[in-house]
Amino acid sequence: MADSLLNKDRPPVFCPGCSHDRITGALDKAFRKLGLPGNRIAIVSDIGCSGLFDTFFHTHALHGLHGRALTYAAGIKLARPQLQVVVTMGDGGQGIGGAHLLAACRRNLNLTLLVLNNFNFGMTGGQFSVTTPPEARVSSGFLNRLERPLDICRVAHSAGAAYVKRCSSYQSGLADEIAEAIAFDGFALLDIWGICPGRYIRQNPLTPKIIAEKMATMPPADGIVEENQRREYGSLYRQAAGEQTFSQPESIAQRFQPPSNGRHEILLLGDAGQRIISAGEVLCLAGMSAGLQATQKNEYNITVLRGPSISEVILSNEPIGFTSLARPDIVIALSREGVERRQSLFADLQPQTLILKSLDTNIPPCAGATQALDFKKLGVKPADRALAALAVLAKNGTIIDTDMLRVALRLRFSEKILASVLELVDRVQSRS
Amino acid sequence: MAPQFIEGNEAVAMGAMRAGCGFFAGYPITPATTILNAMLRLLPAASGVCIQGEDEIASIGYCLGASMSGLKSMTATSGPGISLYSEQISFAAGSEIPIVIVDVQRLGPSTGSATRGADGDIQFLRWGNSGGIPVIVLAPVDVKDCYLLTIHAFNLAEEYRCPVFLASNKEIGMTKESVDLSALMVPEIIDRRPPIDSASFQPFQVSENLRIPYFLPIGGDVPVRQTSSTHGPDGYITTDPDQISASQWRLKKKLEDAVERFTFYDERAEDAETLVITYGVTARAAGDAANLCRQAGRPIGLLVVKTLWPVPEKLIRDKTAPYRRVVVVEMNLGQYVHEIRRILSDRQVEFYGQMDGRLITPATIMEVIDGR
Ligand code: SF4
Repeated sequence: MADSLLNKDRPPVFCPGCSHDRITGALDKAFRKLGLPGNRIAIVSDIGCSGLFDTFFHTHALHGLHGRALTYAAGIKLARPQLQVVVTMGDGGQGIGGAHLLAACRRNLNLTLLVLNNFNFGMTGGQFSVTTPPEARVSSGFLNRLERPLDICRVAHSAGAAYVKRCSSYQSGLADEIAEAIAFDGFALLDIWGICPGRYIRQNPLTPKIIAEKMATMPPADGIVEENQRREYGSLYRQAAGEQTFSQPESIAQRFQPPSNGRHEILLLGDAGQRIISAGEVLCLAGMSAGLQATQKNEYNITVLRGPSISEVILSNEPIGFTSLARPDIVIALSREGVERRQSLFADLQPQTLILKSLDTNIPPCAGATQALDFKKLGVKPADRALAALAVLAKNGTIIDTDMLRVALRLRFSEKILASVLELVDRVQSRS
Repeated sequence: MAPQFIEGNEAVAMGAMRAGCGFFAGYPITPATTILNAMLRLLPAASGVCIQGEDEIASIGYCLGASMSGLKSMTATSGPGISLYSEQISFAAGSEIPIVIVDVQRLGPSTGSATRGADGDIQFLRWGNSGGIPVIVLAPVDVKDCYLLTIHAFNLAEEYRCPVFLASNKEIGMTKESVDLSALMVPEIIDRRPPIDSASFQPFQVSENLRIPYFLPIGGDVPVRQTSSTHGPDGYITTDPDQISASQWRLKKKLEDAVERFTFYDERAEDAETLVITYGVTARAAGDAANLCRQAGRPIGLLVVKTLWPVPEKLIRDKTAPYRRVVVVEMNLGQYVHEIRRILSDRQVEFYGQMDGRLITPATIMEVIDGR
């Protein structure tokens, strides 16, 4: 066996008779059996008496926040796959860190979780935890009588843990159990029952014998969970990540001269489902193909398929500061809801503002020049309305032209959709 | 290269990659989700790790574990997520774990409005840790800043071993701009420093000449300790008041004394009466307002603060000195103005704040300047 990793300068400081003492010894023995040197191990400890574990060993150690030990452990293991990562938590940590326990079980990253389960919060004075039996007398008054305790093993099993075992701190061969759990390639959980003389057994009879008897009545949890066997997460991750290809956003070279100089503000008002945001982006890409600077600020509801959708686009040959529009040069108005969101803006529109609106969208009275688009007659579906309006804008040729629009569509769309939007532009331009 | 058309969040991800980020974890939240999306596109393909946490507390926890194992780590969220990060932020600040935290701010309080911007977290970022230890907060104005300041944020996290925040905003993070990142001058990349002699390594050992402890990773040859408890140089709990006091003061001073080394700002100095001080997306409207004022023949000065915390006090004193009048404009009900007033305690500092989901417009800023 390898040398002990126990820190001679920092012997355990548990209350006399605390079962954590036995687990400390068994964990050291397990490390020795596995022949692990201290620099191949990281102990991640939680808060509470189980949170002292990292100090007793000459290993890598991280002692963090209550309930979160599994999160640090996962970060360490993903960063350092060769390291054996052992997590010590109490039954308290299972409650507060429940979401992390479920995630660890589902994920199956190669971590070993030792739950030091003594049925109460020792360090804070014996309050009830998620494993306290209802009949126990603890310092939480009557509260534990009203709740049902968790069987951590059953929870872990149903959450997908690949290795789950219930142990007693007092059973012979505990070190072997721990060594086996550490050696398991995947997430392994040992629910180790023990006695807290400092708090719990002051009012509750609990002996090694009672623990053994109680454990015998529990549903089995004997290690490997057949139905949950699968590949370890870290190796799966590295394989999947290795198949990813790196993609950077495309650079847009200038290939045209802009139809006009200066700053142009274009406001697109519509509904979700009309591809307002896509059209705004196409407009920007079109401008960039003529060397213009572009900004696009969008506004939409958190629902994806309903509600107004607004895009504010600025194209300019000067740097662009403020990104919202006060006096647009072009307003594309395609739905009532979109127009209502910017109702107040219409009163300020100038006579030179061009408003491209769908025939069925009413706009407030304003000074701008209005061109109504009969999308029904043009055979334009709702999803194509915004892009169809861009086709009209390009034909008009003041801010973008059709060459710019076509390049932008090629940048934004591909294959079947590209073919259909290019056809849309031709159709709309020939009929409008 | 020619410009790209990208949003601030995407530029944050690209800046992180440029800085050598090796680990990202985040939980979906508008308007920060697209950073997670972009990292997922960039990081695994570059042999890094990007995961979606089961919640925000977990996401930052994964990052802290990975950072202690030697990977440059970043997470991103919005105000509600920062609240959940809070205890982990305290851990990172107190135990000197390098991490970059992006807060793409949205309109609060609480759930607020997911798709509306605000700068409502500015004091929260500074004071949102138990113990009140300083942190670094950088505030981008545009997509270019998102890229550059993210690189600086990583450098600062590495150099000073602390959490560094990027105080972005929905109106920067999710607004797209044409920008040529390849044309920008990028700072030299800084990595955390290993000790010269690792045999006698103590995880929190400092000296007269060494204010920031050397770093060795968990998982390296030498066993390394990390703890969220009050600790001495060896990484074990200490109760020695002198040791504790020295460590607390060091955590404070290592950042506050160094702020002039990383005071980022933009300015438009003018021979004018009025100086407008602002930061973040509001700087864009203030810039337009300054242009309009100059065109109208009554110029104003403009100071855009990009290092918000620690407060660059010297910068603010120096830059305000030539002006008779100081006006602070921010996208909240008055947060950073308290710092300006504290520094300029002998002067009157005017304030305009707005928090209604809309950007403050150049016209509004001009009205404020005109005293209307
Ligand atoms: S309080 Fe309980 S768990 Fe904690 S050391 Fe004492 S006996 Fe052990």
